[in-house]
Amino acid sequence: MTAGDDRAQDSTSERTALVEAAGPRSWRRAFNDLGQGWKQRPLWGYLGWQDIKQRYRRSVLGPLWISISMGVIATAMGILYGALFGEDIATFLPYVATGLLIWNFVNGCILEGSEVFIANEGLIRFLPAPLSLHVYRLVWRQTLFFLHNLVVWAILMIVFPQSLSWTVLLAIPAFAVLVLNGAWIAVLAGIIATRFRDIPPIIASITQLLFFMTPIVWSYERFRSNPLAAYIELNPVLHYVEIIRQPLLGLPIAWHHWYVVGAITVVGCATALVCMRNYRSRVAYWV
Amino acid sequence: MVSIDIEGADVDFPVFDAKTRSLKKAVLGRAGGAIGTDSKVPVIEALRDITISLRKGERVALVGHNGAGKSTLLRLMSGIYEPIRGRARVVGKVAPVFDLAVGMDPEISGLENILIRGLFLGMTRKQMEAKVDDIAAFTELGDYLSMPLRTYSTGMRVRLALGVVTSIDPEILLLDEGIGAVDAEFLAKARNRLHELVERSGILVFASHSDEFLADLCDTAIWMDRGTIREHGPLRDVLAHYKGRDVLAEIDAR
Repeated sequence: MTAGDDRAQDSTSERTALVEAAGPRSWRRAFNDLGQGWKQRPLWGYLGWQDIKQRYRRSVLGPLWISISMGVIATAMGILYGALFGEDIATFLPYVATGLLIWNFVNGCILEGSEVFIANEGLIRFLPAPLSLHVYRLVWRQTLFFLHNLVVWAILMIVFPQSLSWTVLLAIPAFAVLVLNGAWIAVLAGIIATRFRDIPPIIASITQLLFFMTPIVWSYERFRSNPLAAYIELNPVLHYVEIIRQPLLGLPIAWHHWYVVGAITVVGCATALVCMRNYRSRVAYWV
Repeated sequence: MVSIDIEGADVDFPVFDAKTRSLKKAVLGRAGGAIGTDSKVPVIEALRDITISLRKGERVALVGHNGAGKSTLLRLMSGIYEPIRGRARVVGKVAPVFDLAVGMDPEISGLENILIRGLFLGMTRKQMEAKVDDIAAFTELGDYLSMPLRTYSTGMRVRLALGVVTSIDPEILLLDEGIGAVDAEFLAKARNRLHELVERSGILVFASHSDEFLADLCDTAIWMDRGTIREHGPLRDVLAHYKGRDVLAEIDAR
């Protein structure tokens, strides 16, 4: 037996030993699930890639289609809404494209998050694995989509150069925060939607509404003079879009968006952990 | 130490129909003064007060009518279901063979499916890459392994699944029927391999309606009846009580 075998067995025994240490509702087992899932990075990393390759199997361009379709949609919307609102294409097209890029990630995490356990019903009922594995796989897949779409942003930066500065590096921690939020929302929406099957359609309607309430195809700058602008700040997605879009377009950084995002992240993660603690063991019964 | 200890475990399945599994009902239910919705959801008592203790080297047959709780008990042992009441403690590397189609992607090749299945069972990528030749030899699938899984026959899929499970040296092997669609020659080979596996390490729990297969692989048996353990003892006795005749003697006589 090799050292690798020993390790694999150790981790399994560790898992099983912890599993019986407490009742079904325990913090230890919730964190253990998250930890064990994280350890299975090779598995969800592989499955996440596989999900993307699967979609474009036997097509000549493969996953490049993600970038192409994103490019086409962003260009068409940028030109249409630019004309409607009388915006300058050179700034508005990158604005719309960047907004869409971030929106697609948010939308994917919320929509697919609500289906994350329902869609993996077979795996959950027949193969013992940590629940968090499915969430990691989902967020990883969305991250891969995001990176493919980022190509469109890079091309637009070449075609329509913006005044980028060092702040562009802020996009990296901002995206990291977004990924963390994608994970908690998937855990929370996933568990609730598995129990109450009305939730996925409700979530689908809400996200559709959110798209229009978020400054993606319209300019937030121009709307600011309107007295209703303050209410738009109540939309949480707006803050997530801004913390990434501002650095990516070289716009001045409005720090209050970071504070709002930070607060939502803490509250969201805490809620998701409580949900994980109380209902993790029930998901296999509910799917 | 490889072991399965289950004490007074109950498993209830809530049965949500379209009406009860909705938020509307839960909200209205609360407004109407009910304490909780869970109590109103009908449950199926799949397992009742199960107490079992299995140690290394035990080869247990699970028998019982359809719906007696055999599959649920296997899933309790694998850790998929956690008991509603009572305790379940399972120590060791578990390899469940329940539904062979689950976790297998028909669009990708046999080799990739071997890798994924292995990763699900807690192996690392390197370990699985080292085992691939062994699995290829055992399954006798050869070049077919690089073809998409959808081109495989049912028997070939069973070979693949068994090949993976028996190659990873599980400490606890849980088998649930459905492995009949293989040809006789391969079956003999699989038996040998399962024998080796059980002798080398661990625990085997095997749910099946095939007396011959059970007689070949197991030495003790658990008779499940309506979610409870009706009898747990030597295979010959339990099978005789369950079938009402000495099945093993008949098999020996053949």
